[in-house]
Amino acid sequence: MTPLLQVKGIEKRYGTRIGCAEVSFDLYPGEVMGIVGESGSGKSTLLNCLAGHLEPDAGQVVFDTKTDGPMDTVTMSEPERRMLGRTDWAFVHQHARDGLRMSVSAGGNIGERLMAVGERHYGNIRTKAIDWLGRVEIDETRLDDRPTSFSGGMQQRLQIARNLVTGPRLVFMDEPTGGLDVSVQARLLDLLRGLVREMGLSAIIVTHDLAVVRLLADRLMVMKDGHVVEAGLTDQVLDDPQHAYTQLLVSSVLQV
Amino acid sequence: MIELKNVSKSFTLHNQGSVTIPVMERASLKVEPGECVALTGASGAGKSTLMRVIYGNYLAGLGQVLVAGLDVAKAEPREILKLRRETLGYVSQFLRVVPRVPTLEVVAEPLLATGSDKQKALEKAASLLTRLSIPDRLWPLSPTTFSGGEQQRVNIARGFAHDYPAMLLDEPTASLDVKNRETVLTLIKEAKARGAAIVGIFHDIEARETVCDREVNVSEFTPEMVA
Repeated sequence: MTPLLQVKGIEKRYGTRIGCAEVSFDLYPGEVMGIVGESGSGKSTLLNCLAGHLEPDAGQVVFDTKTDGPMDTVTMSEPERRMLGRTDWAFVHQHARDGLRMSVSAGGNIGERLMAVGERHYGNIRTKAIDWLGRVEIDETRLDDRPTSFSGGMQQRLQIARNLVTGPRLVFMDEPTGGLDVSVQARLLDLLRGLVREMGLSAIIVTHDLAVVRLLADRLMVMKDGHVVEAGLTDQVLDDPQHAYTQLLVSSVLQV
Repeated sequence: MIELKNVSKSFTLHNQGSVTIPVMERASLKVEPGECVALTGASGAGKSTLMRVIYGNYLAGLGQVLVAGLDVAKAEPREILKLRRETLGYVSQFLRVVPRVPTLEVVAEPLLATGSDKQKALEKAASLLTRLSIPDRLWPLSPTTFSGGEQQRVNIARGFAHDYPAMLLDEPTASLDVKNRETVLTLIKEAKARGAAIVGIFHDIEARETVCDREVNVSEFTPEMVA
């Protein structure tokens, strides 16, 4: 089986400071990988390098494209990378506002991505938008409302619908449940897990919440000071951490 | 089906003066298909540790842990995940689920994960829950609010939903009433009859004698300095 994504020696520096360095891994179709670490550990920098939002200083991000097979997305042309971002890739931002158009209706937000990949029939777009609102548990009567009138949890679910409507194969998520209260977070986790399985998605999830990765991620990477200090099966890393920093991280979680 | 060769395991506590605690030394074990082996030994002797090492939950330090030919001690995460999905089942003492998911789906999940037809998976889940006397009015509810005994039975139903060729059972009959205990023992016998290799921890001596073919005392693997 060809990995969906092969990351080789990714490095990003901000001046002399290290954002992230020497990060390599393979992600296979259907796998969900979590990246954890404290603030400033380089996890968001890494995610942005992988998703093409930041240009890494070194390394390769090889994605198995539908048409041309494995291609290095770091060196591919900007239009090609943008096309990937609209079709096979999706990016769920921590703040839904960064991933939504706040002045466009909920239906428009979902429809826009469909139009970006060539859908033109208004009726089809509207039907798909209604279908996706249902899947993320937003009442279809809200289709023509702007996201500004939505709660934080609804905005986040709308952002997910907007991202998944085009059937991506790889989803990048930056703290998808951050800033949501726990009841909303549980619904969102349940939703994400269902979608990942139904659609056979691969995902890379950056978070600092170990409970979230335990439920969502198959694999886990622990970052500290820009480097990966430990990686492996999620429950193995959390239950039998080998590195000093991971042990500290796991033992610092408050019990409810 | 399950074979351990000279497996050792220790924990190093980096944040507590880097103490290294050896918990298991030269553990060897072999379980054939259709056989049930009980792990015995005092509390703290390492029964659960051994089980977790087989499941890949704890990283074995030295030695080989072979399950259906795969060395769990060295396998890639995706290989272990595949093994867990298709071959190796684990009934732990605690139920860990995503909040809000209905009981029936929690139980059907292992079947859905192996690509079973949804209708068939739900039927199998329903039949297991009925056998373990979870009333059908509870099926649409999340098990997180259930009593301890109910949660454990849901956990067992989930563990037996898919016909795993190898199974690990961590005190499957603890805190069950007589009728449900009988049901669980029957489930274990059925699993053996279809050729499953089982490793179990049973504090209930009678249950152990009913289903297990032999016993392995893990104290033999406990390092000297701990004992």
